[in-house]
Amino acid sequence: MTHNWTHLRELESESIHILRETVAQFRNPVLLYSVGKDSSVLVHVARKAFHPGPLPFPLLHVDTGYKFKEMLEFRERFTTEIGARLIVHRNDDAIAAGAHPLKLGVARCCGQLKTAALLHALDKNQFDAAIGGARREEERSRAKERVFSLRDTFGQWDPRRQRAELWSLYSGAIHEGETMRVFPLSNWTERDIWQYIVQEKIPVVPLYYAQERLVVRRNGTLIAADDSIHLKDGEVPERMWVRYRTLGCAPCTGAIESRATTLEEIAAETGAAKISERSTRIIDHGTNTMEDKKREGYF
Amino acid sequence: MSGNVLRFTTAGNVDDGKSTLIGRLLVETQGAFEDQIEGAKRENERRGGKGIDFSLLTDGLRAEREQGITIDVAYRYFATPKRKFIIADAPGHEQYTRNLVTSASTSDVALILIDARHGMLTQSRRHAFIAHLLGIRHFIVAINKMDLVDYRREHYEEIRKDFTTFIDRLGGAAIYCVPISALKGDLVTESSTRMPWYTGPTLLELLESIEVDDQQHKLHFRFPVQLVSRPPASPGFPDFRGYMGRVVSGSIRVGDHVVVLPSRARTTVTGIVTHDGLLQEAFARQSVTLTLADDLDVGRGDMISCEPNPPQVRTEFKATLCWISEQKLHLNQRYTLRHTTKTVRAIIGEINHRLNVNTLECESPISELQTNDIGQVRIKTLQPVVCDPYSVNRQTGGFVLIDENNDTVAAGMIEEK
Ligand SMILES: Nc1nc2c(ncn2[C@@H]2O[C@H](COP(=O)(O)OP(=O)(O)O)[C@@H](O)[C@H]2O)c(=O)[nH]1
Ligand SMILES: [Mg+2]
Repeated sequence: MTHNWTHLRELESESIHILRETVAQFRNPVLLYSVGKDSSVLVHVARKAFHPGPLPFPLLHVDTGYKFKEMLEFRERFTTEIGARLIVHRNDDAIAAGAHPLKLGVARCCGQLKTAALLHALDKNQFDAAIGGARREEERSRAKERVFSLRDTFGQWDPRRQRAELWSLYSGAIHEGETMRVFPLSNWTERDIWQYIVQEKIPVVPLYYAQERLVVRRNGTLIAADDSIHLKDGEVPERMWVRYRTLGCAPCTGAIESRATTLEEIAAETGAAKISERSTRIIDHGTNTMEDKKREGYF
Repeated sequence: MSGNVLRFTTAGNVDDGKSTLIGRLLVETQGAFEDQIEGAKRENERRGGKGIDFSLLTDGLRAEREQGITIDVAYRYFATPKRKFIIADAPGHEQYTRNLVTSASTSDVALILIDARHGMLTQSRRHAFIAHLLGIRHFIVAINKMDLVDYRREHYEEIRKDFTTFIDRLGGAAIYCVPISALKGDLVTESSTRMPWYTGPTLLELLESIEVDDQQHKLHFRFPVQLVSRPPASPGFPDFRGYMGRVVSGSIRVGDHVVVLPSRARTTVTGIVTHDGLLQEAFARQSVTLTLADDLDVGRGDMISCEPNPPQVRTEFKATLCWISEQKLHLNQRYTLRHTTKTVRAIIGEINHRLNVNTLECESPISELQTNDIGQVRIKTLQPVVCDPYSVNRQTGGFVLIDENNDTVAAGMIEEK
């Protein structure tokens, strides 16, 4: 075997195979682009998969209205630069009604702004396959997920009725109204993601780099003190050196204390991390587990 | 080697200590995080347990944790400076055939757990048999709970002998045995002073050093076409036509003569295109796009292969089926057969025999196959399948059967004749 065939090449090649299978087997696939690091890697691998052709599917961003402004800026710049077709979808009714995690609770807020919005966008555009950057390592219910993961006509996941997936044979057969979620990065870990970002020099949102930022401590999590979070009595913003390990909505995504200002430093810090990245996502706390949310159609 | 990634499957009987072992491997190689371990601890205490129950860390679904059983194959990851590891963790009880067949199909190594007190039981034989049937030729036998037999050598030697005899009966494979205590930590990732008679590597050292010389790389060139690339003109690619796919075995160089099957059209490879530039040569496991000298009618489902030693083109063959559906096999009913990048209609004409996985005897006559049965059948397909026997090439010899509900009902392995 060639001497430079690293674990990153192996993962990349497997992901390319999965992306090509998706395009071959579905009528109208879409790539769920969340603007985060996993999405950046996914888009990068997809561009490699279809070279010298263009991306054969559009990108879909489900915008909750609470995304960090750095994410939206990055999204515009990046998608323009690579010439991708971008669809932005919001649950405008819920946003107009003032949906907010402090008002609805995190689970219901996510249910309206993310899950319902995603299912609506898939339906409205008649997408039959949604390609996402979720990884099995992230969370224990994801460890059981197939690469081609079936959703019923309500967009729901039934973990007890999953199809067996053998060798590298992925079965995309679906009935009218059903959809598929496809996870080409299933076998990647957070460490692999950062090593690959360093190797391939993939651009990521500046929020991943450490910098002095204004944050408040809320239930043990460091939350960015911007307009959307509704400061509570007694909460005093302070300036700290922080960065983000994962990016979601500003009121619900915690930062970590860090001085890592280069990709190499971030990769090294990730290699030594003792706490999982999902611990900074408030959606994963509480009794409504990732499994519940996934059953309902959450990404 | 597949790029310093070792994919292995686990197998063991209930209570042999598989969850304890994997939990320890993950924690000691930092493949599990502190908050996940804390969560597993809290959950155990809520149910009245004490300390950490590693199975709560690995059993991902609520139904599994509530019933205390593992339902489905779970994938776990850890890495050392030497290698990245992908564990396909197959539960030992309910649906064991289905789960082990699935996890073994993507693995190069099987890690079999055996309780030192009980020796090699029927179930261990079954696990070894299925892994061997799926083409695994590297077995690590972890002889666990050595602390409960006073770390005595006889137990280890006896199991080692029994296991080796059994695998030899199946046709042989490389076997590595290591005595461990998953609970106490002896010889898992750290050495042990309690078994001075054992001078071999720890389990982790074994996993790090085991050479699974890449079988696929030594085989003949096979390239199932996934998609045709015909993009709009761009700088450098004014009029491009290429064939996207993954080299599943062998290698190919620019200038090589190839044959496209099933049409048997002959041509030459003119280019190997990747986003990182043009290549002179591509190897097994690489995803690339090939360009050919002639404008042929080539599409998804066709196989590009080397000229001497091409694969077989068949519409009728014998195959071993692992039946995984809860619905029985129906003779003369139509199934969809998915093989490499090709999907064809198929009918199972007859069942030659069923394998008794406990005695390894063939049972016939047989009129049906049920969940977890393994049997040999004769299959007819409506369009030709371009294949090799599974015993020669796992990637071009394996297929699945899909029923009209779109359920995957069987895993199949094509036989020689
Ligand atoms: N004494 C001893 N007990 C063990 C060892 N490994 C596992 N056990 C115990 O055996 C029981 C079953 O272990 P578990 O990991 O759940 O087994 P699984 O069913 O194979 O996953 C538990 O009570 C473990 O604490 C070992 O090496 N020595
Ligand atoms: Mg267990």
